[in-house]
Amino acid sequence: MSAEPAIYLDGVRFSYARKGPVVLDMDRFEVAAGEKVFLKGASGSGKSTLLGLIAGIMAPTAGRIDVLGRPMSKLSGGRRDSLRAERLGVIFQMFNLLPYLPAGANVMLPARFSPRRNEACKVAGGAEAEARRLMSRLQLDPKQYWSSPPTELSVGQQQRVAAARALIGRPGLVLADEPTSALDADARDAFLSLLIEECAASGAALLFVSHDGSLASKFDRAVDLSELNAARVGT
Amino acid sequence: MNRFPILSLAWRSIANRRGTALLTILTVAIAMTLFLGVEKVRHGARASFENTISGTDLIVGARSSPVNLLLYAIFHIGDATNNITWETYQQVAGAPGVAWTVPISLGDSHAGFRVVGTDNRYFEHYRYAGRRQLEFAAGRPLDDLFDTVIGASVARELGYLLDQEIVVAHGTGRVSFVEHDNNPFRIVGILQPTGTPVDRSVFVSLEAIEAIHMEGPTGAGTSLSMDELRAMDLSPDQITAFLVGLETPVAALRLQRQINTYRVEPLQAIIPGVALSQLWGVVGVAERTLAAVAAFVVLMGLICILTAILTSLNERRREMAILRALGARPRHIFVLLVSESALLALAGAIIGTGLTYAALTLGAPVLEQRYGVHLGDTLPGLYDLALIGVVTGASAVLGFIPAWAAFRNSLADGMTIRT
Repeated sequence: MSAEPAIYLDGVRFSYARKGPVVLDMDRFEVAAGEKVFLKGASGSGKSTLLGLIAGIMAPTAGRIDVLGRPMSKLSGGRRDSLRAERLGVIFQMFNLLPYLPAGANVMLPARFSPRRNEACKVAGGAEAEARRLMSRLQLDPKQYWSSPPTELSVGQQQRVAAARALIGRPGLVLADEPTSALDADARDAFLSLLIEECAASGAALLFVSHDGSLASKFDRAVDLSELNAARVGT
Repeated sequence: MNRFPILSLAWRSIANRRGTALLTILTVAIAMTLFLGVEKVRHGARASFENTISGTDLIVGARSSPVNLLLYAIFHIGDATNNITWETYQQVAGAPGVAWTVPISLGDSHAGFRVVGTDNRYFEHYRYAGRRQLEFAAGRPLDDLFDTVIGASVARELGYLLDQEIVVAHGTGRVSFVEHDNNPFRIVGILQPTGTPVDRSVFVSLEAIEAIHMEGPTGAGTSLSMDELRAMDLSPDQITAFLVGLETPVAALRLQRQINTYRVEPLQAIIPGVALSQLWGVVGVAERTLAAVAAFVVLMGLICILTAILTSLNERRREMAILRALGARPRHIFVLLVSESALLALAGAIIGTGLTYAALTLGAPVLEQRYGVHLGDTLPGLYDLALIGVVTGASAVLGFIPAWAAFRNSLADGMTIRT
């Protein structure tokens, strides 16, 4: 594990249009390698923007973003895409899965997109073995669910497939955007424990964004986006 | 990331929307079938046309235009401007290098079908579609004075059988008021279909033509008895045209010039192949129009693909956002949609080609039997493969439009999942 922070933000500003309103203005934000951070943010607080910037899908208008020691904000679009493909895992609020691929194939997708992640699966005996291992770690019996189409899975199961997919090939950082908001209380707690456990097991840092502050206790650290983001955005 | 997962993703995505996809593929398949069908018939028609007459080195008639001579002597369309005398015919027939000649005398008809006065050398020397010879489906060549041999279409359309008696009318209209009904002809032979004007001809002997016109060209025929007629010299004074076969085709040009500059009467000799291609230049316009229409139908099929993909884009923004989050680059999204468009066209084109050849395999024997039209190969060839390639390629190019839209969406949406 590298000593470089998983996320390092310095003076980041972002607006969608060149002269449009600034939706994100963050002076300093850091997530250490392997650290599990809870980021509290209501909808409209700029959290999707922040995640988009960290994931390198968008580039900041000003400032610097380093991800896993690489200057994400300085890289070209193509290099940002490959850094994301190789080193990041992303879990969305819901509808995470490609509807036309069965669960197992969804989990294996990142290994097919990135040779580096495919390589990282070799230790476990290849991408399929690793995908099966992660599924059973997340309490989805691969024997039963490997070929299930996403439509036949419950929302909780879909989120666990998404978590397995985010974790395959040992990414250095997992970004989770309200992954529990569609789950009931029991499923939410179970999911959260599994996610944190697996991130720890694979050494990935976790940035978990949610509006639900009650989840914060399970994390190493909790921060409030509204305190970090100097830009005032209406919802 | 290599291309393979994108292609397989495109395929899975199509399979997931199989209802729309199948309809789209069907549209392309039908367009392709129509296009290939038109192409096949077009080439078949052209080949049949060019195969109308072969093995004849020169066609000789009164001086007019080459296309005109070809039309009346071979296609039996229109009339001769003038006849040529028997003496002239004999002179050309006896010229050095001439292997055979076949006289043709036109001017009468039967139920709208042209009557061709000739002799049995016609059945011997006439060639079509390469070196194919006329064959008798039933009966035999001409023998007695009022014998007749009829083409396949005449027999089929009028329901004629051997030994039936028919009456020949003066002039070439379907309805005729002057019938040579004193002298009915007996059908002694029926020819096999050839896909040439031969199918629509009624063959009688030159002597018979002479006999029925003996008492004036527009009379009911002759009232003389068969014995009286047989005793007479019925060799004709003039004929309409004649076919010439040479011992060596190299002599054709020289003989043609000699005939064209013949001083006794104005003649012209044409080389059938040259005149046929001149004629095709005229009638080929229709053929090209048909091909253009069929090509536009294929274009419409491709536009259907475009519409289907563009319509699906909005509901697939989530799919694109997920792919982006997994590390797909905007150009992967681009390739995904372009390959989708190409895959749909490829499937449609292959199915369409399959349908066409299935129909050809079933229909070709019937067409050949009834109309003598030979449609060529009943197995797909290089041309069809190239066509499938062109259709797929064109669809991929059209796919740039939805691909560009999705590309821009995926940049604008970022990590936001729109549902």
